[in-house]
Amino acid sequence: MHVEIKTSDTKPLRSTFTHLAARFGDKPASRYQEATYDIQEVENFHYRPLWQADKEIFDASRTAIAMADWYALKDPRQFFYMSYTTTRAHQQEVAEAQFDYFDKRGLLATLSDGLRERVAAALLPLRHYEWGANMNNSAITGWAYGAALTNATMFATMDRLGLAQLLSRIGLLIDGNLGTSLAAAKQQWLEDAAWQPLRSAVEHLFIVDDWFELFVAQNLVHDGLLYPMVYQRFEQALAAAGAPAFGMLLTFPNEWHAETAPWVDAVCKTAAAESPANRALLAGWAARHRATALAALAPLAERLFGTAAGRQTLDEVDAAFGMRLQRLGLVAA
Amino acid sequence: MTTATHRKLGLKDKYGLLTRGLGWDTSYVPMDRVFPHDSFEGIKIHDWDRWEDPFRVTMDSYWKYQAEKERKLYAVIDAFAQHNGHLNVSDARYINAVKLFITGITPLEYNAHRGFAMVGRSMRGVGPRIACQMQGIDELRHAQTQMHSMSHYNRHFNGMHSWPKNFDRMWYLSVPKSFVNDAMSAGPFEFLTAISFSFEYVLTNLLFMPFMSGAAYNGDMATVTFGFSAQSDEARHMTLGLECIKFMLEQDPDNLPIIQKWLDKWFWRGYRLLGLVGVMLDYMLPKKVMSWREGWEQYFEKNGGALFDDLARYGIRKPMHHETTVLEKEHVTHQLWLMLCQYHWGLALHTWLPSDEEMDWLSQQYPNTFDQHYRPRFEQLRALEAEGKPFTNASLPCLCQTCQIPMCFTEPGDPTRLAHRSSLFQDERFIFCSDGCKDVFDGEPEKYAQARLPVQQLLQGHLGGPELADMIRFWGYDPALDIGRYEGSSDQQRWAQAKAPGVAARAA
Repeated sequence: MHVEIKTSDTKPLRSTFTHLAARFGDKPASRYQEATYDIQEVENFHYRPLWQADKEIFDASRTAIAMADWYALKDPRQFFYMSYTTTRAHQQEVAEAQFDYFDKRGLLATLSDGLRERVAAALLPLRHYEWGANMNNSAITGWAYGAALTNATMFATMDRLGLAQLLSRIGLLIDGNLGTSLAAAKQQWLEDAAWQPLRSAVEHLFIVDDWFELFVAQNLVHDGLLYPMVYQRFEQALAAAGAPAFGMLLTFPNEWHAETAPWVDAVCKTAAAESPANRALLAGWAARHRATALAALAPLAERLFGTAAGRQTLDEVDAAFGMRLQRLGLVAA
Repeated sequence: MTTATHRKLGLKDKYGLLTRGLGWDTSYVPMDRVFPHDSFEGIKIHDWDRWEDPFRVTMDSYWKYQAEKERKLYAVIDAFAQHNGHLNVSDARYINAVKLFITGITPLEYNAHRGFAMVGRSMRGVGPRIACQMQGIDELRHAQTQMHSMSHYNRHFNGMHSWPKNFDRMWYLSVPKSFVNDAMSAGPFEFLTAISFSFEYVLTNLLFMPFMSGAAYNGDMATVTFGFSAQSDEARHMTLGLECIKFMLEQDPDNLPIIQKWLDKWFWRGYRLLGLVGVMLDYMLPKKVMSWREGWEQYFEKNGGALFDDLARYGIRKPMHHETTVLEKEHVTHQLWLMLCQYHWGLALHTWLPSDEEMDWLSQQYPNTFDQHYRPRFEQLRALEAEGKPFTNASLPCLCQTCQIPMCFTEPGDPTRLAHRSSLFQDERFIFCSDGCKDVFDGEPEKYAQARLPVQQLLQGHLGGPELADMIRFWGYDPALDIGRYEGSSDQQRWAQAKAPGVAARAA
């Protein structure tokens, strides 16, 4: 039994925009669909870019990947700005409460000096890794093709800045708002031998020409190995070493990765399924960057877990990553 | 081990740690390869650390405050749709302002989002990159919230159902499209001068205020709520624009002539683009907010004057041809509306002749020009309509090569002569509506010679055909619903039905 309300009797002329009706039929479109499909210009550009005179402003040939419909690369999370900011605001609220809880109860004191240093040395330099990921996703957002992908990479760009800032705040928690831990972390990033292979890998990503290769290298491969190793396995090791509370502060990055990986997977899987040529390209990129990423993470794994345990942990993370690539069809045929 | 005592960090210090401190100078790959786009324009930056953050927003705050604004905005948009709020606008003629907005402005927001993402990667300094990226996501917000705010109108009115295709193919939408393509194809420093400074700072009130106030005065709750919701975003954007210009000017005196040239170009291109907004203000709004003349006096002559007085200490002078904009302020909108009315057969914005009441308002707002030059023409057009012979210009207009508006403007100081300029470039003659547009072309002829002028494209068979109805469909419109005069249109008929007395009683 429900109460009726009659509203004015005006019949609509149409249910939605034409381009959405063409794709999904003559019915009201979702907010995600309205905000995503076909919103990028495709033709009749008036001027060639001064910064790349052999391409158009939006140009599908900036990548070797070919798609009949670039909007096939949709986001399974169906993020548009409103749902994105609402989701992150809620996650941030939880993170704030955790930081607050940690801070007010002096839970840092429960960490021995040694553990605190281990945490700082393992995590804080990663704020620069996040900054590199921000730069790479900003590049993809600018120069890739099709709003289905670039809307999502715009959100990813700001996510990486947010993650870098979260790691920075952990540092400020550790050093009592003096900033000394962050200065030390930057020194490590720039000079410590264990971090150089990763920094070199990140800097080489900055000059990858093909934005889809960059997407695979950064969002699939590097993140796909680093996040499980650090944010999951290291977090578990800390708990075992007597600092279980610390894992609270890593809730946000862990949840973020769990939410983002399916999006990355969907993009790669769809592109690979499109054609054997795409699949070969994607598999090649995945293989090459996987080798680089493993070499970069090896010294860090040793630092985090010890020599034997480090090698074993990285092997296990890599094996799981290999299975992920299989599921996506990103292994050489 | 005691807990470390907490020293409360000031906002500036904390922000620095959370932003600039994230970057580093690369050593495994040369910095010039990482940032290949930020020196070709000739702008010299010696010390990126001198960049003053125009605003300080960390992502935790951004997500929180923006989500709050979105919740409020979408509550209104949803209520508006549920309650058929479109019936509360002053008159269906108002909806043509909405059509102009979603087909002509929303795509600019989308472009700005992509452009700021590009610049957010291209600039060497970390501070500017973060500020640009924040604007990049803000502009995506604006594009999407506009699509959502206006989508209910699309269900009940015509002319906007295919807005992305319209932007790519419709002849008069090449005015905003060429404007934004120009900015997107420019280098990062010029992009910031064009969009952040010239558009989002100098001229912003002349875009935002007319549309948002027009919405408020005409009962468009969806659009006006979007406007209020976007205001604090726009405040951030304005501060970015101002910091960009000051930073570049302070870094090296050699930057001054480059920036002045860009200011001259982008002021003029923005001014011509805003002519379409002016004609909306003066002719499309059933309830008038203010006249273009009044808006220009307030927001450019007065506010802009103060701004350029402030920039004079850097050696910046007022933009070239600014005096022309003052001479023209009592003419341009009438000339544009008269031009648009003649092309009703190919226009997806409905047109109509102003009523007596509207003409009296125009006389009052334009005391030096309306009654002398434009009322007689409207009265003649009205007489022709009454005879059943509404005036139609069946020829195709000559478009200005730069701004791409049909050549309908008159000589500054002589409203009886059409203004007409030209330049020879590689044995081809290019035509312009004004000295301002000619100067833009002459500054970079190889760039502006590329433009895909719609009339030329049409004559070459690239914009559909052979019949007019085929072309209209190619442009993304329905000849029966979207095109032509307001009188007799589907919009008008449906409005009359919806507003007929007794409808409310039937539905109760």
